[in-house]
Amino acid sequence: MAPSPLTGEPASAGQPPWAKALDHRDRGWWSDFAARTIVWLGGMSAILFIAAIFLFIATQGLEFMRHRLDIGAMLTGARWEPTVEPPVYGALPLIAGTAWITGVAMLIAIPLAFGAAIYIGEFARGKQREWLKIGIEMLAAIPSVVWGVIGLHVMKPIIQDVFGVQVGLNVLNAGIILGLMAAPIMATIAEDALKAVPDSYREAAEALGATRWQVVWKVVLPHARPGLSAAVLLGIGRAFGETIAVLMASGHRLMVPESIFDSAATLTATIAAELGEAAVGGDHYQMLFVLGLLLFVITFTINLLADWLVRGRRKSA
Amino acid sequence: MALHSRTTILSLPANATPAIEIVDLSLWYGKFQALHDVDLVIRSGIVTAMIGPSGCGKSTLLRSCNRINERLGYVTTTGTIKVLGHNIYDEEASRMQVRRQVGMVFQRPNPLPLSIRDNVLFGHRLHAVRRSSRADEEGMVEQALREVLLWDRVKDRLDRKATALSLEEQQKLCIARLLPTKPSVLLMDEPCSALDPEATSAVEDLIWDLRGNYSILIVTHNMAQARRASDECVFMLMGHVVEHTATERMFVAPKKQETSDYIEGRFG
Ligand SMILES: Nc1ncnc2c1ncn2[C@@H]1O[C@H](COP(=O)(O)OP(=O)(O)OP(=O)(O)O)[C@@H](O)[C@H]1O
Ligand SMILES: [Mg+2]
Repeated sequence: MAPSPLTGEPASAGQPPWAKALDHRDRGWWSDFAARTIVWLGGMSAILFIAAIFLFIATQGLEFMRHRLDIGAMLTGARWEPTVEPPVYGALPLIAGTAWITGVAMLIAIPLAFGAAIYIGEFARGKQREWLKIGIEMLAAIPSVVWGVIGLHVMKPIIQDVFGVQVGLNVLNAGIILGLMAAPIMATIAEDALKAVPDSYREAAEALGATRWQVVWKVVLPHARPGLSAAVLLGIGRAFGETIAVLMASGHRLMVPESIFDSAATLTATIAAELGEAAVGGDHYQMLFVLGLLLFVITFTINLLADWLVRGRRKSA
Repeated sequence: MALHSRTTILSLPANATPAIEIVDLSLWYGKFQALHDVDLVIRSGIVTAMIGPSGCGKSTLLRSCNRINERLGYVTTTGTIKVLGHNIYDEEASRMQVRRQVGMVFQRPNPLPLSIRDNVLFGHRLHAVRRSSRADEEGMVEQALREVLLWDRVKDRLDRKATALSLEEQQKLCIARLLPTKPSVLLMDEPCSALDPEATSAVEDLIWDLRGNYSILIVTHNMAQARRASDECVFMLMGHVVEHTATERMFVAPKKQETSDYIEGRFG
């Protein structure tokens, strides 16, 4: 019998000659195994952490939520007064504040981000394009407390002067700051969406006599729409979750704002401002965790939606 | 002078305005010179085939004729190209107007990710000052699709995505969408190379049918195709035009040694 070319041993009767070689656990096999395990753990840890955080937040507020909280009244209650006797936990001012500020932020961020993405993706060339991309990445890396300081010391006097209002820390200020913070990441994602549009479409449209603008407007943007929507959603998620900069720029007033010149408070800022003072395990403490849960659910939904938009559409295309 | 004449031009006298007149054209991609002092006259109303080994500059020359080459920022062109007597590289010439006069069909069918109808109307709508009435648009769509023999196959699904059509249908659609702006010249860069043999002959037949109404300049790698479906033939080599004669003469009695070497398959 001829020796197997792989193991040098004669092949045994039942198995094919290479079966043993496949089963052989040499150093290559072990390093491959180790690498796979580490990568697997890394991947799993993402899901694990999400689940753990969710459980933590949920359990901290669970007892209060189940026994002493009327969810409907909480969501619509216009007064958030946790420290008076008896305390009132109406989250409407926080929800409204968050919504107002996020809305203003998007009004500012969407044109900025899309403008930047279109310019970089469709018009800028070579070196200029690279520099702009680096610039945007650097903007995205500015710590949020710096943005807070800008709101506090730069935007505030500007708003007071330009609009002639008393209070410079308000929805407008926080919205501008958040808009500027969310724009870079939105621009990056939007630019990816534009880049994913095949160049042959642009070429085809140009060959039919379209100007560069017509190409962008009639071909590129419609085709990139799912990705652009995802960019907006992720921007909203970003604006929703931001804390310290809003706390500094919004004036943190616990009332439903009636115009963009009113101060306002957000869910995140309230949690950050009050959690340290609330007695651990008390009603106020638990209530803040309920707010956290609300935030978690909202941002989670937004992110899922964004993901679904990008992935679902790509599959069907 | 009318920009595009629709008479049957096959029997026109030789002094009729040529469809394309290329004078002393050189082109560089960055520092690399891809075309060297090309002089070429493409007659009106016939099919002219361009052949030559890979990399000799056929696509480059074709893409100069509607200035689509300029999409690349690093292309420099010298010389002139006249389309029906107008220099398209003139300072005043508008690239958009040129491309309306000179349609282009690409190697890979590239319908836009829109409906069949919107594809056909795309070029027209770009240039129309006002949006045409629905009835006018429908008429235009039907006429263009009939001209490429696609109407009966797609008339019931004009609102479907064009990208769902078969490759053959896509390529025919890509020809159809050039027609509503009434171009005089059609440039085609290996329009059949992505198609199977049956689709190839269908599209070839179509191109042959369009001859007369349009002046067609077509790049092909396929000797047999050039031979059976063109009136004149241009042979290029390393950025130069080596020979340009009537097709039957080129394949029977080429003037240049390089041409006969290429045709007999000795290189390329
Ligand atoms: N975008 C580009 N950038 C740089 N060089 C290019 C570019 N396009 C073509 N070239 C070069 O120009 C020369 C001519 O290319 P072209 O595509 O015109 O040849 P072709 O005759 O169409 O070849 P094929 O038969 O393979 O399509 C080649 O040497 C090619 O490498
Ligand atoms: Mg080519």
